[in-house]
Amino acid sequence: MSTMLEQPTPSTSDLEAEPRRVTVIEAGRRGGQATGFKRGAALAWTLALTDWRLRFYGSALGGLWTLVRPFAFFGVVYVVFTEIIGLDENIKNYGVYILFGMVFFQFFSEITTNSVMSLVARENLLRKMYFPPLVIPVAIAITALLNLSMTLVAVFIFVLANGIFPQWAWLELPLLIVLLTTFALGIGMLLSSLYVRFRDIQPMWEVFTQLLFYASPILYVATFVPPQYQRPFLANPIASILTQVRHSIVDPTAKSAGTVIGGNVRLLIPLAIIFGTFALGYFVFRRESPRIAENL
Amino acid sequence: MAPANTVSRVTAPAETAADTRRARLNDAPVSIEIDGLAKTFRLPHQQYSTLKERVLHPGRSTTFDEFRALEDVNLHIREGEFFGIVGRNGSGKSTLLKVLAGIYRPNAGRVAIHGRLSPFIELGVGFNPDLTARDNIVINAVMMGLTRKEARERFDRIIEFAELEEFVDLKLKNYSSGMSVRLGFSTAIQIDSDVLLVDEVLAVGDAAFQQKCFEEFTRLRAENKTIVFVTHDMHSVERFCDRAMLIERGEVIEISDPRTIARAYNELNFGRLLHESSPDDDQRFGDQGSAEIVEAWFEHDGEPVKQIAQGQRLDIAVSLRFHATVESPVVGVTLRNELGHTYLVATTEWNGVDLGHRAAGDAIVVRFSVETPFATSRYLLTPSIAREGGANAIDVREDLTSLHVHGTRDTGGLVELPYDVEVTES
Repeated sequence: MSTMLEQPTPSTSDLEAEPRRVTVIEAGRRGGQATGFKRGAALAWTLALTDWRLRFYGSALGGLWTLVRPFAFFGVVYVVFTEIIGLDENIKNYGVYILFGMVFFQFFSEITTNSVMSLVARENLLRKMYFPPLVIPVAIAITALLNLSMTLVAVFIFVLANGIFPQWAWLELPLLIVLLTTFALGIGMLLSSLYVRFRDIQPMWEVFTQLLFYASPILYVATFVPPQYQRPFLANPIASILTQVRHSIVDPTAKSAGTVIGGNVRLLIPLAIIFGTFALGYFVFRRESPRIAENL
Repeated sequence: MAPANTVSRVTAPAETAADTRRARLNDAPVSIEIDGLAKTFRLPHQQYSTLKERVLHPGRSTTFDEFRALEDVNLHIREGEFFGIVGRNGSGKSTLLKVLAGIYRPNAGRVAIHGRLSPFIELGVGFNPDLTARDNIVINAVMMGLTRKEARERFDRIIEFAELEEFVDLKLKNYSSGMSVRLGFSTAIQIDSDVLLVDEVLAVGDAAFQQKCFEEFTRLRAENKTIVFVTHDMHSVERFCDRAMLIERGEVIEISDPRTIARAYNELNFGRLLHESSPDDDQRFGDQGSAEIVEAWFEHDGEPVKQIAQGQRLDIAVSLRFHATVESPVVGVTLRNELGHTYLVATTEWNGVDLGHRAAGDAIVVRFSVETPFATSRYLLTPSIAREGGANAIDVREDLTSLHVHGTRDTGGLVELPYDVEVTES
């Protein structure tokens, strides 16, 4: 098995075939090397896979820890809310719902929290090599998606064990994950580029994440919110997504996000927030990124 | 003895090859154009690194110092050229490389690079100590612009070149630093760029691996790659570069052939280390009654110097004043290195120079002219004047002044004698 076969001399023939690429770098002009989508994607995938594998092989139990965290928290919460508070009487498949809520929220907070310091953490790369910095938050999102897909396997075992049967509506799940990822990545891009200038973004985001956890229907459901507040409550994309998860996976008899917010058209509000956040994050990131290597 | 007409100098064909290369480079298209490039860094006085500060003191103006890392750099590098950038620490050479790579944005000027540019400036970018060599090669290669597939295809060649076949599955943290640099170098040479930017890579590995690296550089030269490399090693500048540039405080001092640049770099470096050594009266001998040594210094091409490149012509000057009549005094100089080893003892008498009758009030300067094939070091000069016959000292000033000899070759020998090589057909 040798790959040492004769290598066709690469450069000469290529050079004659295509005109030479010219890279122009000028003051005050966006430019630099053409990276190409392919290289950016390969780079993001490689960084993500490396991170993921490091976490896997890094500790004795390896990747199991990524499963243990949401499930352990879930166990505690489940016992407290069902046995002590007795919340489960009004909510069908309450256990399954909070598990989804926790897994989704952990996914969201993993992307955003890891993004905050990501550019600074990758300083050694950014200062020694040219590549689009966008690769860094994207890689974090990919790592989180890999973790999520692992966790979801366990979650669905739990779902089936609870006697919930598969249905077509489950196919909504990938779309909901894409929306949540878009939202988280938008915030990640925003926070990571701001962190380069303002180092107190990190504790601020930690506090905000806590608030968001309780402001989102994770331990409870959206329909517990007083009716007059339900519509603004669902403007929170996480609230809408989880409400829709409840409808399409956990309990088909529960209200869909469209119903709770008062009409499917109104779902445009959380959607606008998702894509607006993404656009803002992308804009800020693009504006800041040419100078990131210098300001680190 | 072989007949004279079969004698061929080995240097001769090498000269012609170099000439052909030079001629080819002169006709080659431009690969890197740098025009009026400037880069300034802002160093804020108060670091507003928190949002809180910004909100609490919105009116406070941010003042900052400007640090000019590069100023008005103009440079055209031709396709296939090996171009060296030398300069002292903080001179801006790495900044220049980073601007070329697109890592830093210039404040003024324009850079145009023709052909595919390697994105990295250091070896082993992205190496992770917790992963095996196998994984790290793929990561590193992808960072350098290969696809994952290409990276895996070239894996065997990389590991073979690095001679690390037995350690493929060892985590990088268990590698010696030399081993990981070997891995980095082996990966770097597998990428397909036309233009390579490299920062300080040559001083790696053991002697055998260095030899391989040199061979690899020779191959890259032959393949017409354009290489810009930053180094402190003047030896490799002279060995590989077609041209080189000396940069100091962000400004280009000189762009020239590597030999000139290497010499200029050494002068810049050692010129700073030297300081006027004060005459120490404890080390002064003789009665100084009838004559005294006023001063002694070194000259090159008629200019006073404190340092000189190995092999250059050096004048040692001693100025004297007479206070009484002296018949045929003898003036001498001794040059020792810092360990006290004597390299040169020269006197007027031994050279058959008679200073004749000297009267009170006479002032003369005596110059000794020598070659300097000395090892790179600092040398101390002791001038002396004695009465006729040389035995009776009038004035001796030990270690009055010093000279730095610098060179690009350091063989470890006490002297670096020039030599020719001859090969004859027997």
